[in-house]
Amino acid sequence: MLFLPSNLEMEIRDHGARDYPHECCGAMLGTDGEAGREVTSLFPLINRRDDSPRNRFSITPEDFRAAERAAAERGLDVLGWYHSHPDHPARPSEFDREYAWPWYSYVIVSVEARTPKDLTSWRLEDDRSKFQPEGITASRPASQGA
Amino acid sequence: MAVKVLIPTPLRQFTGKQPSIECSATTVGEALGSLTSTFSELRKHLYTEEGKIRSFVNVYLNDEDIRFLDKENTRTKDGDTISIVPSIAGGSPSRGIIRGERTWQFQRIR
Repeated sequence: MLFLPSNLEMEIRDHGARDYPHECCGAMLGTDGEAGREVTSLFPLINRRDDSPRNRFSITPEDFRAAERAAAERGLDVLGWYHSHPDHPARPSEFDREYAWPWYSYVIVSVEARTPKDLTSWRLEDDRSKFQPEGITASRPASQGA
Repeated sequence: MAVKVLIPTPLRQFTGKQPSIECSATTVGEALGSLTSTFSELRKHLYTEEGKIRSFVNVYLNDEDIRFLDKENTRTKDGDTISIVPSIAGGSPSRGIIRGERTWQFQRIR
């Protein structure tokens, strides 16, 4: 389960709408502990895929390192990455799977005609065979079940 | 030659949560080979089935991308640090849109 506060979820949606019809992307920073995985801040990035930004995104090693540094400075980890699917459902594509890494949370927001729609999260299976959906909650992990 | 290999967060689950691994190697390829021999689960994340380093896996010797050096044959020296740096990429399917007549081309996730 991914704890994504509603204000941060709104930021991802806004980023997707702002960059439409191109894909947006960014890093999610936070903590991954026994109580769960909690996103505490975002690190928006520029989609470096100049040749086909409407259906592809790319985060360079330099941007990756910048996100890692930003997380480390705050005592956080990069928990995963978000991106938008302009005029496509919020489901990972085969291309997403091919380029994905295990452990990370991959959040996808569908943006239809500049309006953000569904927002989902996915985790790659360790054998790389497929993504599994990851639940999203706006409630703190510690308060679950209380 | 003792070199240190830095393991990125998503792969630490395959190295017993160790963020870096020391190994003895004279080239970058040898170091990665040693790493994946010890931690075999790493192999499919770093290499294709044909045994090539995956295109979205970037390997740095100290601060230099090995693509601009001698790739996997790049020689290492005592105290060098090898970093495995993921490229993050993805995107929507090339076919299948919400508005339109095409059907979605996704593999259903169960």
